[in-house]
This record gives sequence, C-alpha cells and structure tokens, in this order.
Amino acid sequence: MPAPIRLRELIRTIRTARTQAEEREMIQKECAAIRSSFREEDNTYRCRNVAKLLYMHMLGYPAHFGQLECLKLIASQKFTDKRIGYLGAMLLLDERQDVHLLMTNCIKNDLNHSTQYVQGLALCTLGCMGSSEMCRDLAGEVEKLLKTSNSYLRKKAALCAVHVIRKVPELMEMFLPATKNLLSEKNHGVLHTSVVLLTEMCERSPDMLAHFRKLVPQLVRILKNLIMSGYSPEHDVSGISDPFLQVRILRLLRILGKGDDDSSEAMNDILAQVATNTETSKNVGNAILYETVLTIMDIKSESGLRVLAINILGRFLLNNDKNIRYVALTSLLKTVQTDHNAVQRHRSTIVDCLKDLDVSIKRRAMELSFALVNGNNIRGMMKELLYFLDSCDPEFKADCASGVFLAAEKYAPSKRWHIDTIMRVLTTAGSYVRDDSVPNLIQLITNSVEMHAYTVQRLYKALLDDISQQPLVQVASWCIGEYGDLLISGQCEEEEPIQVTEDEVLDVLEGLLVSNLSSPVTRGYSLTAIMKLSTRFSSVNRIKKVVSIYGSSIDVELQQRAVEYNALFKKYDHMRPALLERMPIMEKTASNGPTEIVQTNGEAEPSVVEPKHPPPVGQPASQGNDLLDLLGGNDVPVIPTTMPTKPASAGGELLDLLGDLSLGGPAPAPPAPASQPPFLLDGLSSQPLFNDIAAAGIPPMTAYNKNGLKIDFTFERANPNPNVAVITIHASNSTEADMTDFVFQAAVPKTFQLQLLSPSSNVVPALNQGTVTQVIRVLNQQKQQLRMRIKLTYIHKGSAVQDLAEVNNFPPQSWQ
Amino acid sequence: LKNARSSGKLRLQKWYTATAERDKKKMVRELMQIVLARKPKMCSFLEWRDLKIVYKRYASLYFCCAIEEQDNELITLEVIHRFVELLDKYFGSVCELDIIFNFEKAYFILDEFLMGGEIQDTSKKSVLKAIEQADLLQEEDESPRSVLEEMGLA
Repeated sequence: MPAPIRLRELIRTIRTARTQAEEREMIQKECAAIRSSFREEDNTYRCRNVAKLLYMHMLGYPAHFGQLECLKLIASQKFTDKRIGYLGAMLLLDERQDVHLLMTNCIKNDLNHSTQYVQGLALCTLGCMGSSEMCRDLAGEVEKLLKTSNSYLRKKAALCAVHVIRKVPELMEMFLPATKNLLSEKNHGVLHTSVVLLTEMCERSPDMLAHFRKLVPQLVRILKNLIMSGYSPEHDVSGISDPFLQVRILRLLRILGKGDDDSSEAMNDILAQVATNTETSKNVGNAILYETVLTIMDIKSESGLRVLAINILGRFLLNNDKNIRYVALTSLLKTVQTDHNAVQRHRSTIVDCLKDLDVSIKRRAMELSFALVNGNNIRGMMKELLYFLDSCDPEFKADCASGVFLAAEKYAPSKRWHIDTIMRVLTTAGSYVRDDSVPNLIQLITNSVEMHAYTVQRLYKALLDDISQQPLVQVASWCIGEYGDLLISGQCEEEEPIQVTEDEVLDVLEGLLVSNLSSPVTRGYSLTAIMKLSTRFSSVNRIKKVVSIYGSSIDVELQQRAVEYNALFKKYDHMRPALLERMPIMEKTASNGPTEIVQTNGEAEPSVVEPKHPPPVGQPASQGNDLLDLLGGNDVPVIPTTMPTKPASAGGELLDLLGDLSLGGPAPAPPAPASQPPFLLDGLSSQPLFNDIAAAGIPPMTAYNKNGLKIDFTFERANPNPNVAVITIHASNSTEADMTDFVFQAAVPKTFQLQLLSPSSNVVPALNQGTVTQVIRVLNQQKQQLRMRIKLTYIHKGSAVQDLAEVNNFPPQSWQ
Repeated sequence: LKNARSSGKLRLQKWYTATAERDKKKMVRELMQIVLARKPKMCSFLEWRDLKIVYKRYASLYFCCAIEEQDNELITLEVIHRFVELLDKYFGSVCELDIIFNFEKAYFILDEFLMGGEIQDTSKKSVLKAIEQADLLQEEDESPRSVLEEMGLA
C-alpha cells in the first residue's frame, strides 16, 4: 500500500476543489484510505493520518472513527505521536464519549514522564477537557506537580487544578496546602496561574475566601512592584509591566475586599495609585483602569476613591475608542443605583451616546439614560429619548417606549405634558408598545379630567393620519367613545379646537371596523365606542344600523357585542343612557377602597369628579323627591345598577353587564424598576362580589317589610379595607303575584360613600319562591353611625308601586 | 471558546467546555453570521446568549473569544493580540495561509499560551521557547525514522 499522502499535500489538494461536491468527494476518498490504514494497525503513518483527519474534521466532516487512534498515539513513545494524539483527543473527544476514560492511564503515566514537555501535554489535555472521573483519578498527580520547583510545570499544574476544581469542587481542599507559597514565586507564569487558582477557590468557597484574606498585603506588594519597577522587556506591553498579571491581581483583590473593611482599607492606597498612574493612551492601560474601577466599586472603598472611579469612567466616555466607551457605559449602569449623583454629572455625555452608530453602545446608553431621569431633568431627557425613539432600530422601540411611559408617569411635570408625551410615543412607535400600556393609558386619561377635550381632539387627529398602529387606535377609539361629545362641541382650552361633525366621527370609527389593518381587539373597541356615542350623539339611527350589521359578523366577539347592543336598543332602551354613562375615574393602586362614585348624566359635564354626597339625613323632604334631593338634585335618576366596577377586562370595557367581554388580555408585566399592577382595578378585583370574608359575625337585619315585600340586609367586612362594609340585600315577596321591574335604590349621609352593584334579577318571585340579591358597599371612613334611605319601585299585579323608607336599625358592628 | 476564521471558513476553534458536536456547529454558524455582519466602525464587543463576544480582525482573519459576564473585555482584546503576536513571531509575519497549512502548529501555540481559557504564561519569550523546544523534540523523533523509511528499511 503506497504511503498515505502528507498532510500539507492533502490540504493543498482539498483547496483546489472548486465546488462543495468536489471537496466532499476528495474527503471521502481520503477518509476511506485512512480507514483502511487504521485497520492495518500501521504505526508509522498513524500520526499523519490522524493529523489529516483533524484537518477534515475542522472543515466540518465527521471524524469519530479516529478517536481510538488518538488514544493509540497518546500511548506511543514518540513525542510527535503524543503531540498529535493529545491534540486529537482535545478536538475529537470529550466527556460525552465513553472512550475518553481510556485516556486516564496514559495521562497518568505521562504526568510522571521524564520529559517536561510530555508532562506539559498531559496537564494541558487534562486541564482542557478532563471529565470529572478523570479529574478524580488524577487530582493527586496534579497536586504533586503543583508543588514542584519546575516553574514550567508548576504554572500548568495550577491551571489544571483550576479545571479539576471546576469539575469536582469537593477536591478543592486537597490543593490548599500546595498554595502556601505560590505567591512567593518570581516567575510571572506561576504567579499569574496561581492568582487564577486562588481566585477560583475564593469564588467557590467562603471558607477559602476568609482563609486567603491574609494574602492581601502580599498581593498589594506584588502589584506595587509591577507598577514601580522599571522596564522589563519580557513582560512589557506598550510600556506597562505585565498588564495581564495586574488585571488578575486586581480581580482577586476585588473578591477579597468585598464586604470586608480591613482588606478594603489595605488596598485603598494601591488602587488609588494604579488609578492615577496608569497610562491611558493605549488599550492596555485602559484595561487595567477598567479592572481597577470595577474593584473600587465592589469593595468598601472610601468615597473619594469612588468619585475617582466614576470620573475615570466619565473620561472613558469621551474616549475616541468605541470599546472604551462601551465598557464605560456598562460599568456606569452597574453603579448608577449606588452612586447616582456622581453618575448624573456625566449625563450629557451619556445622552450623546444615544446617537452613536454602534448598536451595543446605543442600548447601554438608553438603559443608562432611563436610570438617570429624575424630576429635574425630565423635560430635557424626554426630548432626547423621544428623538431616540423616532430614529432607533425596531429592536429598541419596545423597551424604549416602556421606559418612556414609566419615566413620564413618575416625573411628569404636568398632565398635558404627560399626555403629549404618550401621544408622541403612540404615534411614532405605536406598534411596538406593550399591550398593557393601553389600559394604563386609558386610566391616565380618565384621571386627567380637565384634559379630556384636548386629549380626544389630539387622538382624533392622530387617527385621521394613521390607523395602522393598534395601541394608538385602541386608545383613540375608547376616548372618542367616551368623550365624543366634547369633540363635537368644539370646546378645547389647550389648543385650537377643530370642527368635526358627528358623521365624520362615525365615519372614522366605522372605517376602523372595516379596515384590514385593525386587529379584532381594535374592532371590539371601535364597535363599543360607536355604541357609547349613541347616548352622546344624535345620529342614533345610524348607530343602530351599524350595530345591527355586526350582529351577523363572523368574528364571534364582535357578533356577541353587536347582538347585545342591539338588544339594548330594542328591549332595554330605558337603561341605555345610564349604561353608557361616562366611566368613573379608575383608581390605579392596588390598595384598598372602592372607586369614587362619579355621577354624571349622559351629557357633557366632564368636570363632575366629586361624588355627589347627599346632605345629612335629618333634612325634611317631601316624599316624591326625597331620595333625589339627598342625591344632590340630579335630574336624571341615578340607576344604581350601572356602577361599572368590574375590572375583569383590561381595556376599561364599559359594558361588563352584558357578559364577560374580556379583551385581548394583559401582557407580561413591564420589566422596569417601578412596579405596576397589571390590572387597573386590582384592588377591587381582589374582592369578589359575593364572598364571606371574615364576616365578623354581624347579625343580619330586616331593613324593610311592607306590603309583602321584605328586604333583609346581611353584612360582611370587606378585605383589605376594614372601613368598607359589604351589605347584601335579600328581597323576598310573600304575596301571590310576582313583583317585576324591581329596582332598589339607596342613599347615605354625606360622610359615607356608597356603591351599588348589579342585582341578581329584577323579578321578585311570589310566595317567597326566591330572592333578589344585590350588593351594597359602604365606605365609612369616619366611623359614623350608618343610616340609609331606600327607594323601591316595582310592578305588582299590574300597577306600579313606589316606596321610600329609612333604615336606621343598623347593628353597631356594621359601622364600627 | 475561541476561534479564528475568515470569509466564513473556520481555521481554528478551541472549546473549553464540553459541548455536543451538533451544538458546536450551530453556535459557530450563528457567531459567524453575527460577527461577519459587523461593520468596521462598530465596537469589538457584542452580547450573545448569556456570554460576551470579543472579536478583532487581523487582515482577513477574525479572532473571536467568548467570555463570561464578569470577565474584562479590554484585557481579552490584549489576549487576542498576544496570541496573534505569538503566531507572528513563530511563523515570521504570519498570514492566513500559514495558519491553514500549519493548523496543528497553531494549535500547539494556543495550547502553550492558554489552558482552560486562562493564560499560562505572560511572557512571550517563555511561550515561544517552550514551543521551540517541543519542536526540537519532535525533530529528534522524526529524523532518524524518516531516513530509514526512505531507504525502504522501515
């Protein structure tokens, strides 16, 4: 059999291949030749063949059949064979192959070889790919070599020990004695690897850490010598003496000094020295400074030193070298929480980095900018950040938008600014904002009552421009639905009001319904908005038509809504105005308390924020108007069933009564530092309607009993707010005829707040066959005696009945 | 891991953690795409998975190093540079072809310089001397043999 071709020749040949297929052919041919050569157990050429195999492996071709051959090479006596054999082992074998264990014995022998280069090969292989089993078997040998006086072997043994410890941490102890005088070596190789070993041990074991703290003075001395000593050609890099060793020592010092006052103090001087004396013109110097800064920030350094460190980072930011700037931004990000003021000083430089071309730098600068925003700089910072949002890559937009929202929420100087900022985000990066920003935004808008007209106008204008960005469209439709009347009325204080007709508005909303760009969720929003406008606009017929069309929509959600709205038009028209009233202001916090009751009628008044508290009960009043007077003299009867407190859907959906119309649910919580409840009305949602939370044994009472109608009150204490009493009324009818269209209303004195939830039904069946229940929640902040006026209306045996009564016999526990 | 590559072809790769062959290939492919897509003015660091990648270009070759969160990127650049210097000294003005045709020697140098991802010796002289000596050993091994072979007496 002719001698197998040489490695170089093979390489040359393969490189002449012009296509992938040609190359593959050559490789396959050669592999076949190598295989047969292996089969012949030819010692002479094994080395050459394995080398060729390694080359082909690097090109991506399978080479597993060479694994055993590597082992044979390792076992050979020839140095050449061993060299290639060990290389092959490192490239082809790892702990996943069972075969690798066969190496253990060879390595053991080679660790004790007479030639240090062979020992070196063995140590290297073990230290790069040794499995835990191998490490366990050979740790003793490594430990022996760690104590040798041969620095060539000692340095390798140290790194091999690092690998052993990584694989089998329990063996760490056995290396401890050998570390005793590692640092007294003169040889930099040994010093470097020893520091690495010590670092590894300290990182893994607090006991070791405590033990090695005593080395701090020695380390400081070594570092000092490096800095102070003259030029040493062997270790010099651009005028700095052994920067690699310096960096490693600094890192070890960091670990030793962390959380320990004494050690930190011992290193203060040297750190200051390194920080001030190191040359910054080349990357090497900056690498050392970087490590120094990291160390200063981690240990218990004095404030002067910390300021020095931050200033170094500040200087880095101005460096021409991108890498340095990147590193500075990363470090500043880590320290911005603890040394906030110092970092603030460099704010303008950081903001400039937003304009950098490099993606990594931009991201860091953005994160840092958000961390630096505060009440003082919010306007300026926001301008920069919004500009960044406009021009940045899509991968940033979502995070940037979230950040802007959070910052705006925390530090907005005015409501108008806040709304403008949010509008800006929605229009520039609308499709990237997170899903939960829509309800948050809506909540914000409802809270800024005086801005409603301005907001709806701006949103309307934005819609005219662009309907592709779903969050924007959703918020806009919701607002138009709520405040459409303001839009038409042409009143706007903040800016020039626009003239818009009802038809134009409806055109826009209908446009959303049919557009391909609208998501199903958006369509839901716009249908509901159209419906709401039926009480605010006069073009009711048009709205009726639209709604009935969608009664046969393919989209189930839309269909359901349309059908229910249709029903509203047909059968429950009397309820429509009240159902479609303005939403109350939603409270955002997860803390206790019901929302404030906002009572407005179907028309315009946006300024009604205060609940209309009834005057004290003692006022004399005539029967018919009594209840209404107590409720502040609204012309429109307050229909208690409309208090929309159910927070179930994330979109501020009004008509919860008509079923669980949940919108495309809440998105994952925003990642930023300030925590936000994902649901608007979290506080309320945590209090299910009919539940017996710590009933505290308040006895039930009969509030009313007349003409066969009996109304009982049962009590619960609402968690988490003990000031809220939850009363459930049970209405029962002992007459022979049903009481239909039963409506229960209640009013309380001024110092209380009342909330009435929906009744279970409005028919009280005859002969006590069932009860109508309804929940009343009373907030009794001042702990005064609870009193209530109730009004009942129903139809009984064909005639309408109305009655008023006062309820005074509340048990003391219900309001104390 | 550490690798050197050019125009999409891998010339050297060194892995310091046990990884399946398939995963290695996948990672290398991914990294290649990302690094080769970088424009010249961009900074030498990028984030990839949970690691930091430090890369530097020398003529037609890219040298990439994957380091951990707590490692110093700037000094890694120096490590890469030192390795290139070693190659340069050894081959005498190293070029890509040297590494292609003498890949095993490049590996020997790498393994003399780094172990388990850490520097063994910070002195250039020291590393090169060790390689030199090892090469001599290899020659001593080989010379008598090849003569015999050529005479057909092996």
